[in-house]
Amino acid sequence: MNAARKAKRAPPHLRSPKRTKAVGPVVMRVNGLTKRFGGVVALDKLDLELNQGEILGLIGPNGSGKTTFFNVTTGIYPADGGGIEFAGADITNKTPQAVYYAGISRTFQLSRLSLPLSIFDNIMIGNHARLNPGLWFNLMNRQGFKREFEENFETARDLVRIFDPPLADRMFKPVAGLPMIDRRRIEICRALIAKPKLLLLDEPSAGMTHDETAQLMDDIMEVRGRTKDLTIIIVEHEMGVIERITERCVVLNFGRKIAEGTFKQVSRDREVQEAYLGIE
Amino acid sequence: METNENQTSASLWPALAGAVLTTVYVILLLKVESQTEVIGLLIVGAVAILVGTWTGHLARAGQTLAGRENILNLFVILGTLAMIGYFHEDHFILLLVATVMLYVLATLGLNLQFGYAGVLNFAGASFFGVGGYTAAVLGTHTAIPGLLIILIGGVMAALIGSMLLLPVLRTRGHYAAVVTIAFSLLFKVFLEVNDVLGGPQGLQVPGMKILGWKFNDNIEIGQNFELSFYVNYLVVILLILITAFILVRRLERSWVGLNLDALRLDETAATCFGLNIVRWKITAFLLGNFLIGVAGALSGMVIGFVAPTSFTFGDSLILVSIVLLGGIGNVWGLVVATAIVVIIPEKLQAIQEYRFLLYAAMVMLMLLFRPEGLLPRPVRQFFPGWRSK
Repeated sequence: MNAARKAKRAPPHLRSPKRTKAVGPVVMRVNGLTKRFGGVVALDKLDLELNQGEILGLIGPNGSGKTTFFNVTTGIYPADGGGIEFAGADITNKTPQAVYYAGISRTFQLSRLSLPLSIFDNIMIGNHARLNPGLWFNLMNRQGFKREFEENFETARDLVRIFDPPLADRMFKPVAGLPMIDRRRIEICRALIAKPKLLLLDEPSAGMTHDETAQLMDDIMEVRGRTKDLTIIIVEHEMGVIERITERCVVLNFGRKIAEGTFKQVSRDREVQEAYLGIE
Repeated sequence: METNENQTSASLWPALAGAVLTTVYVILLLKVESQTEVIGLLIVGAVAILVGTWTGHLARAGQTLAGRENILNLFVILGTLAMIGYFHEDHFILLLVATVMLYVLATLGLNLQFGYAGVLNFAGASFFGVGGYTAAVLGTHTAIPGLLIILIGGVMAALIGSMLLLPVLRTRGHYAAVVTIAFSLLFKVFLEVNDVLGGPQGLQVPGMKILGWKFNDNIEIGQNFELSFYVNYLVVILLILITAFILVRRLERSWVGLNLDALRLDETAATCFGLNIVRWKITAFLLGNFLIGVAGALSGMVIGFVAPTSFTFGDSLILVSIVLLGGIGNVWGLVVATAIVVIIPEKLQAIQEYRFLLYAAMVMLMLLFRPEGLLPRPVRQFFPGWRSK
């Protein structure tokens, strides 16, 4: 796997899975979060603490509540119980907009880019908070708008360049014609341009080959090396990815947390092996 | 950059020739009356488009003009003026040209709602009617100047449209469309039973007057040169249309246009990035209705009367089919589609009775074989020809 990676992209220190980083203050606290769909308990009194700057892996078998956790956190589904505190504020049952403005952005399991729109357009959707939406500004003050447009174009292009330099030269091409890995990259750029405090990555490797996944993880690590204090929660089925980039893992099964610790620790846990890795 | 500039200036002549040819063609098509000549011209036009597509000339001309939009705009304005000049005393043809332009104005509004924000509006003709009735009532009973009446017509259409906001925002997709269909049907019945608004007979709309310039008088220049009074209206309509066109274009090429596209394509993703869905749907719906209302008020003044039968659900469908035919979200597509939908049935008397059948067939064929429309909407360029440093 190592040989397949593009060596030029990630500096060596980022490639090592065992980076030591001082544990930051708690940025998110989840208390007894519960979500039911009819009779199914998708999240069962989940408790979770997240430290600033860490990468947390959220793993578990299909249907264990990982994506539901993202959807409740970002306000797509209301919670049935418990609460989420983020950066000192209560964000339980806030609208998705409010959650975005609080500093959380995400990617989706099934890519949710706007296919007919250009790369630039898609990334700008994530930059919503920094764009002036005033009708007068947009229609009448074209000089001012052009300045804002040019500034944001530079920002977006520089961000895309980290992921894939050739892609940065095609900012006004529609997303529809791009391969999966580029779409994922753009989706991550769309989330990153919001300058979030917390990034939620929902199965970034879905639909990609092994090598592509490895490349994408290199990219994420590089971005993370550049942005201080960015906290990431990643949902992933590819255990290699989890092992390589996460500092801590939380394992869910039927909406309950069954284990927590480094990947090494949780993968040795008996309950985890039974629930997820299969009994040998 | 420099080479590119050379290329465009070198290939400007073919574009100019194309513009002249198109203008001459449209003038001819409007002028001829014998049915065989009309059919012959239509065939010539279709063959020319096919050959142009086949040899790639059309695509090349399109590319040249896409980078230099001002030139395209200038060509179209000059072509329209040439057309008005040529038919300066022919009432019927000038009215036809005015109708095309007013439909373009109304479908610009519809395009804002449906093409950008994805809000289907099957009550376009009703809001057109609101504008017309506003012009009738205000023109008859008040001394408000004509241009202001037109603006008020737009505002009224937006206000009455805002009654629909609550049900439209509570529902999604097809259900919101059903709400507008219901409104469209109700609106016609409301007009028919309302005696104050003339009932089924409708109302007369006084002509426009600006500072003593009466629009309904022919213009006499010297002894024996007379312009049809429609020229007055055409000039005003052209000015308003150009303004609306520029504003809609700018809106598309701004963060507002981006927001509308984002919410149309994926509401969930858009709301996860802070977009206020309700705010932008309202903005698009009201602005769109405003344009439709302005077109309606102008149309009322041009035609001279308004009646419920002009604002039926069928008329709304025609407006929607123009947007579908032209290429959803493409403003130039609206111009081409309106010209086809309005002019061809008017010139080809054989199909006039079957025009609804024809529209339906056209829209179905289009959705089956070319769902992006005659002129598909290109990817957004915020500033055409702009290049990063």
